[in-house]
Amino acid sequence: MALTGVLRPGHVAIRVLEMAPALKHYIDVLGLTEVARDKEGRVFLKAWDEHDHHSVVLREADEAGMDYMGWRVDSPATLKKLAADIEKSGLCTDLQWIPVGEHPKTGERFRFSIPTGHVMELFAEKEKLGNDCGVDGPNINPNPWPDGLHGIAPSRFDHCLLYGDDLDGTVRLFTQVLGFGIAEQVMTAADKKFMIGAFLSCSNKAHDVAFIRQPVKGKFHHASFELGSWEKVLRAADILSRTKTSLDIGPTRHGISRGETVYFFDPSGNRNEVFAGGYIYYPDKPTITWYDETLGPAIFYHDRQLNEAFLSVFT
Amino acid sequence: MPFRVTIANTGETFRCGEEANVLEAMEKARCKGIPVGCRNGGCGACKVRVTEGRYLKRKMSRGALSAEEEAQGCVLACKTYPQSDLNVNVLGRRLRAVTEHRGASFVFEFTTTAQVPQPDKET
Repeated sequence: MALTGVLRPGHVAIRVLEMAPALKHYIDVLGLTEVARDKEGRVFLKAWDEHDHHSVVLREADEAGMDYMGWRVDSPATLKKLAADIEKSGLCTDLQWIPVGEHPKTGERFRFSIPTGHVMELFAEKEKLGNDCGVDGPNINPNPWPDGLHGIAPSRFDHCLLYGDDLDGTVRLFTQVLGFGIAEQVMTAADKKFMIGAFLSCSNKAHDVAFIRQPVKGKFHHASFELGSWEKVLRAADILSRTKTSLDIGPTRHGISRGETVYFFDPSGNRNEVFAGGYIYYPDKPTITWYDETLGPAIFYHDRQLNEAFLSVFT
Repeated sequence: MPFRVTIANTGETFRCGEEANVLEAMEKARCKGIPVGCRNGGCGACKVRVTEGRYLKRKMSRGALSAEEEAQGCVLACKTYPQSDLNVNVLGRRLRAVTEHRGASFVFEFTTTAQVPQPDKET
């Protein structure tokens, strides 16, 4: 197996102000499927082409934002090794093991707080529910997509963009301890060594997580979900208008990652993205660099300028 | 009958029925005085202090509006429903510490020490 270690973003846990409108949004509009609820009232959802049991966890709370993001690793041995490496690095705080079953159908998770203040988890085991495409049994003679898709219907939870202060520490953790590569970076023109944005990949994707330096701890900019084509992004925007969902910006294109995108807000003000496109990342691919003076086209390639909300609106 | 909402900072006034929130009525009236963010009570961009008038409010994120602020009559306009004419002062959260609006572009002013964003002072 060539892709080892941390495989992919496995779940994102999002706080919502009220569960009923949140479910209407994440199920009817975005098009995720509910797979479980627990006795604390958390709701677990997945996108159609994800095999794992769940990828989005919603929890009702007094404050919007992200509780944590979980990463699937290739094996229990890797989980143990990376947990030890994280502890040895001294970069993280609040290290703890979350027991088997705290998430339904999920093995133990190693939880830690990273230098930008976000809570991250690693896990190696989560039951495979499948994608309902198989004709003669799971994964046997599959159709290209299953019956019963609804709403925007992205294929998967893809990545998060997060805001925090100690970007250097977080980038050191992801690159030197967790094995990520820097696909793209944004530096200041005045000090070309001073990083203000990092787009990090543990896979062949243009990014699996991104961080932007802001003087805050643990803030959430958006969770992103993948669509197969630009036309599906346009269709997503049609659905957002039809359902009077609060639109942020788009459809448009990002310079960074080359993705086609539309941003919108859930009923608690958490930003979502659905996107298509991008490129294949390999560990030996040269890092793309942008400077702050061209951050406009880096973020919104057509408008060539940031909208006011991009930097100041987050949860 | 719609009520009249007045934004003290800009002098703009617009009509808002009791079934509509102040921010959506402002957007429909094409006024600009209150910054628009998520429109859903999460980000705090549209934070205002109501200086006059009665209103109902819906759940707002504690990350965007503290209990102290709420006790002082601050609300998020997107979760505020008028029950009378209202006067409001704009307080919306902006990261003025790191961004500065210069014409149509933003200029980053990063420092290596963390600064916690403060609500804008009332003007």
